[in-house]
Amino acid sequence: MNTRQQSKIIHSWCGRPMCLDRKLRTSQYKGILITSESSGTETCVQLGDFVLVEGENADQPFVAQILNLYEDGSQNKHAVVQWFSHITEIPQNKRRLLKRKVSPQEVFFDKVPGYDTDIPVETIIKRTTVIPLLLGEELPITLNKKQTFCVKQSWDGKCFTTLSSDTFLKLKEASKKGGNSPNSSSSFTPSGIVSLLKKETESVVQSATKNDELEIQSKHGDSKSSVRKKRCSQGVANSTRTPTARKKLQLNGPTQSLNSRLMGCEILKLLDDDCGAIAPLEPSAAKRKVRITGGLGSPPKMPRTDDKSESGFATEERWFSDTIQLSSYAKVKYSSGKAGDLPVKNDTIAFTEYLAQNCQNLLLIPRSRRICAQKTYARISEQISVLNKLEKKDFLSVSDGSDSSSSEEEENDVLCTLEKKTKLSRTCSTPKSSRKSSVHTPAKTLEKTKPLPGTPKTPQNATPEIPRRSCEAQKPVTILEKARLRLHVSAIPESLPCREEEFQDIYNFVESKLIDGTGGCMYISGVPGTGKTATVHEVIHCLQQAAENDDIPSFQFAEINGMKLTDPHQAYVQILQLLTGQKVTATHAAVLLEKLFCTPGPKKKTTVLIVDELDLLWTRKQNVMYNLFDWPTRKHSKLIILAIANTMDLPERIMMNRVSSRLGLTRMSFQPYTYKQLQQIISSRLNNLKAFEEDAIQLVSRKVAALSGDARRCLDICRRATEICEFASRKRTQEIVRMAHITEAIDEMFSSPYINAIRNASLHEQIFLKAVLAEFRRAGVEEATVQEIYRQHIALCRMEGRQSPTLSGVMAICSRLGACRLLLLESSKKYLHMRVRLNISQDDIMYALKDE
Amino acid sequence: MRPGGAREAAGGGRGRDVPSHRAARAARTRKEIRLRGGRKWRGKAGAEVRGRLDEEEEEEEEGREGEGRRHVRGRRGGCRERGSWVGAARGWPLPRPPPEMKTAMSKRRFKENSEANRECISQVQKILRERFCHNYGTGKLFGVEHQYRHLLELLKRTVIHGESNSALIIGPRGSGKTVLLNHALKELMGIKQVQMNLLEVRLNGLLQTNYKVALKEITRQLHLENVVGDKVFGSFAENLAFLLEALRKGDRTSSCPVLFILDEFDLFVHHKGQTLLYNLFDVSQSAQTPLTVIGLTCRQDILELLEKRVKSRFSHRQIYLMNSFDFKQYIRIFKEQLSLPAQFPDESFAQKWNQNVQHLSGDRTVQDTLQNLFHHTKDLRSLHLLLMLAVSNITVHHPLITASDLHEASRQYRMDSKANIIHGLSVLEVCLIIAMKHLNDIYEGEPFNFQMVYNEFQKFIQRKAHGMYNFEKPVVMKAFEHLLRLELVKPIERTSVRAQREYILVKLFLDSNQIMDALQVYPNCPTDVKQWAVSSLSWL
Repeated sequence: MNTRQQSKIIHSWCGRPMCLDRKLRTSQYKGILITSESSGTETCVQLGDFVLVEGENADQPFVAQILNLYEDGSQNKHAVVQWFSHITEIPQNKRRLLKRKVSPQEVFFDKVPGYDTDIPVETIIKRTTVIPLLLGEELPITLNKKQTFCVKQSWDGKCFTTLSSDTFLKLKEASKKGGNSPNSSSSFTPSGIVSLLKKETESVVQSATKNDELEIQSKHGDSKSSVRKKRCSQGVANSTRTPTARKKLQLNGPTQSLNSRLMGCEILKLLDDDCGAIAPLEPSAAKRKVRITGGLGSPPKMPRTDDKSESGFATEERWFSDTIQLSSYAKVKYSSGKAGDLPVKNDTIAFTEYLAQNCQNLLLIPRSRRICAQKTYARISEQISVLNKLEKKDFLSVSDGSDSSSSEEEENDVLCTLEKKTKLSRTCSTPKSSRKSSVHTPAKTLEKTKPLPGTPKTPQNATPEIPRRSCEAQKPVTILEKARLRLHVSAIPESLPCREEEFQDIYNFVESKLIDGTGGCMYISGVPGTGKTATVHEVIHCLQQAAENDDIPSFQFAEINGMKLTDPHQAYVQILQLLTGQKVTATHAAVLLEKLFCTPGPKKKTTVLIVDELDLLWTRKQNVMYNLFDWPTRKHSKLIILAIANTMDLPERIMMNRVSSRLGLTRMSFQPYTYKQLQQIISSRLNNLKAFEEDAIQLVSRKVAALSGDARRCLDICRRATEICEFASRKRTQEIVRMAHITEAIDEMFSSPYINAIRNASLHEQIFLKAVLAEFRRAGVEEATVQEIYRQHIALCRMEGRQSPTLSGVMAICSRLGACRLLLLESSKKYLHMRVRLNISQDDIMYALKDE
Repeated sequence: MRPGGAREAAGGGRGRDVPSHRAARAARTRKEIRLRGGRKWRGKAGAEVRGRLDEEEEEEEEGREGEGRRHVRGRRGGCRERGSWVGAARGWPLPRPPPEMKTAMSKRRFKENSEANRECISQVQKILRERFCHNYGTGKLFGVEHQYRHLLELLKRTVIHGESNSALIIGPRGSGKTVLLNHALKELMGIKQVQMNLLEVRLNGLLQTNYKVALKEITRQLHLENVVGDKVFGSFAENLAFLLEALRKGDRTSSCPVLFILDEFDLFVHHKGQTLLYNLFDVSQSAQTPLTVIGLTCRQDILELLEKRVKSRFSHRQIYLMNSFDFKQYIRIFKEQLSLPAQFPDESFAQKWNQNVQHLSGDRTVQDTLQNLFHHTKDLRSLHLLLMLAVSNITVHHPLITASDLHEASRQYRMDSKANIIHGLSVLEVCLIIAMKHLNDIYEGEPFNFQMVYNEFQKFIQRKAHGMYNFEKPVVMKAFEHLLRLELVKPIERTSVRAQREYILVKLFLDSNQIMDALQVYPNCPTDVKQWAVSSLSWL
């Protein structure tokens, strides 16, 4: 990954300083040499080149164009860049403005003012390609690679605009220049290679020059020696990559129609299937298929692919030259079609003929191969007949003068898609596919190999979901039902009443930090049910809306809850996943987060992190808390933490000094709700729904305010009261909740169960409790053994003239009372020496027993 | 006094005892010691013992044959029966032989009896046994109509309106918490709207002992996508994230409601940090997948155990089951439980049976028996146990339950287990227990060791001056160790190997009342021993 690469990459200036600014003591350079120690390759990045810049997420580097390169007085190398935003960098809500689907290759010319355009050159990873396109255009499939980007629109933080003509031209210039640069593999070689079919035609018209040949050879690294030689000797056709061909392709790129591409795709699928079916029988056939897939769509936009493509690539080309030599007739035919003013139909016909010819020629070769080829031919001709129809339509609509382009382009597409296809079908293990994976970044390969059979891993694409219900949930009908729905704690109210002050405080805090672009912590405490989390969420919601309206800079938001983590260290994992979507282990996540928050990165957004139930993140070393509160204090972190917990003095009680000092003194405590506030909460939730008497609301508010001030309790009581009311008024007409219902609900929820439990206990259980009391009184200690209580029990039984129970019976009684926790018992293995204590006050027992 | 004889007896005893440490042998030794301590200890011990044992074996065989008359013999046979009593006291309920065996035996003796009657009896036993053992119940709930309606409404709202909720069902053991819930669920499933619309997750605190296990079980029961077969993949943290994500994705109106039933709820409270409860209650209090948590517990102080954050998220709905019926209802429950259902194949028999039950419920002794039980416990399980014992007594000969059956069952049921063990001890062992009792009286329950007990016993023998109980010390030690093994005495701390056996401090696990009661019914107890038991100073 990037971190690994970075360690092996050396950045050095390329050439001498262009000009020296003596005042600023800076010297500007023309280019920078990126040397990778591991592979020994050198890449020169020059002004105007497009590069990938290390971002916070290793899988998602930023795209930028280098505008300036300079070294400052303290020998630090800098680059001034023009950013390009990837779609994922654009806020979710703004993406809607686009009103179209955006391919992952598309980037936007970034005009957002806030970003720092001055970056250290060490963050540059490698060169890339960005092609400017008009709005309607598509990125040519041939370039449909991970490392190539296209730009169509610019993004200024508020809306998308099409590229102005001069930017467009400049970009075009730059991309072309990048393509022609001699030192790196040209960004446009792929198109050259891809247009193999084109080459054939060209071979007739144009003579191959030695120069061209050399150029190609240089592109195909030095590793493949013998194979290449063979190829050279056999195929002159190969050397026909000419500037014209390249240019044509460039021009034609946009004109391709989606339709034709799809058709092409189908053809190739069929082709592919065919070959796939025969492949296991005949190795040569399989090989051929490999060749098609391997060579044609091929890779190279990337700088170093060539030395990896090796044999597969070479042999494939050889094969092509074979066929080309065999079918000279077709070539002529085809080229004439191309050159002339014949309609596209002609072209396709020509192509069919060419194929037919090809097949005939193939009759010379082994049978199975022949069959395969014939089959392919049949299928292709079938497809082409369909294609012709579409082609006609296309032809009319295409404004471009070059008539032959579409069919040619189509062939290219076809080949490309074929290549793609093999990538998908992993069943046939062609050398191609292996090469493919080696080209990818290590991360990608890892991802691919992940779902090995038999490894106990969560399925990659498992979507966590609870099944849907088969029939719709009933809508609330009566007033009481509606009220109950609104009173449910989960119901999201329009606004949070009674927490305006706190809301404002938190809002101001976060807003100011956001505007300043700094970090900070805030500690929020309060007993459960006082609306801490709800208020904070409300703040975030408001801030997000403000960011949407561009009142404040946009920010990232993440939330973790100590109670929802299996282990404090999992906090890292969750934060990282929420911020970048990566899934890594806790230790690795900690490292990545450290890097994310502590290194100066370009284009960094402020992050707002809510840490709920902070006390659960406590560990013995407190390193999780330490890190959390340390990050905001770092210079480049731009991290705002809102920590929530119950106890006001948590920092002093459980945190070490170094942790609590980092937490700072920005604290806020949520007081329990007063009865007036509770009253307001209920009324605002009910929202003019006539379900409660005014007095009833007041009663419940006062009760709860006196008990705990927990809004959840208040709502729960109200909800229960509606149920009781509904229950009582079932026969009669609708009723609203009155005092009596509230009282009943409160009694139900808060009355101590002990008294009732004692009253409903069996006679001997009651006598036993009396005996316990008597024994306590006798001994003067609030603890007794069963043996002592048993004697008291017998005495009591004798007094009341009842049959006294056996010790076994008393033990059973004792353990029953112990299970209800009226008594506290020792472990029962001590039998009659087991000690007994009361779990309720003696007065309660007296009260419960006397009243009968 | 013939010391030689005594030595001989002791020697014989040791000879038999030393190699045997197994339980079966121990039982024989016990018999032997009692024998020697009893009538014929002076005679030729070996031969006597052998003869006695043979006799016993014979009787055992006879006992197996005459299974049906067991309890009658029990009353008559006194000491012989003690084996079975001990069994009954220890391992309630005493498993009776299966009906097939019984019918097979009766077939041999009572061929004239009709097949139909036998069929009926086995049917009756099958039905009632299922009812009593599996708590199938008769489909009626007693005195909990209010709670039942509350629970049913709550569940209905969850399923039909998608309302999240949480509730606890609290009540002592055997008060019918699970029965109530199952009853409500059964009725709920009867509603068409509900059948496909409810996901049920049942957890038990005794099985899901920690958060990790519980989480896996939840994922398994919900059939989430990371479950393959019966296995849940992924790490603990992944699983949690996955489950929470799944629950978060749902919403009130479109997701299938999930019903969580947490049996032994109090044990979940002891999970680290109460994370499971926090998360479940949190989901039930937020706009996610509708989720209802029903906890079943017998602890009245359950709310105090919840952590404050968890408590705040719990809706505080508590459904109390208190066994709040009175004796009249208890009688009605008794009738209900014993009656045969209407769909019983043999109608005339069912009628006869039910009439008998009706008659029984009016009977004075039956009412006394039931009242006694009612005073002890209102737990319906103990009523089931009592009825189970009574029902086991019906045979082809004795097709209907009588009042005496019930009385007998109640007697069996109320038997003191430890006192039962005393019945099977030898006189020497009883003497040791009496000595310990006196030590307890003198030192007020302080622990003692073998040496003290032996001294106390020696004093008794010297006072009596008979010398007839004069055993050598190793023999007494053997008897003492036997008591240790029966756990009538227990060392107060773990015994180390090095500690001398004579000086290990022990405590008596019997109350003096128990000892006196047991001595009353102890067969052939020598009078002087009895006197000594009443007072340690009886010789004065």
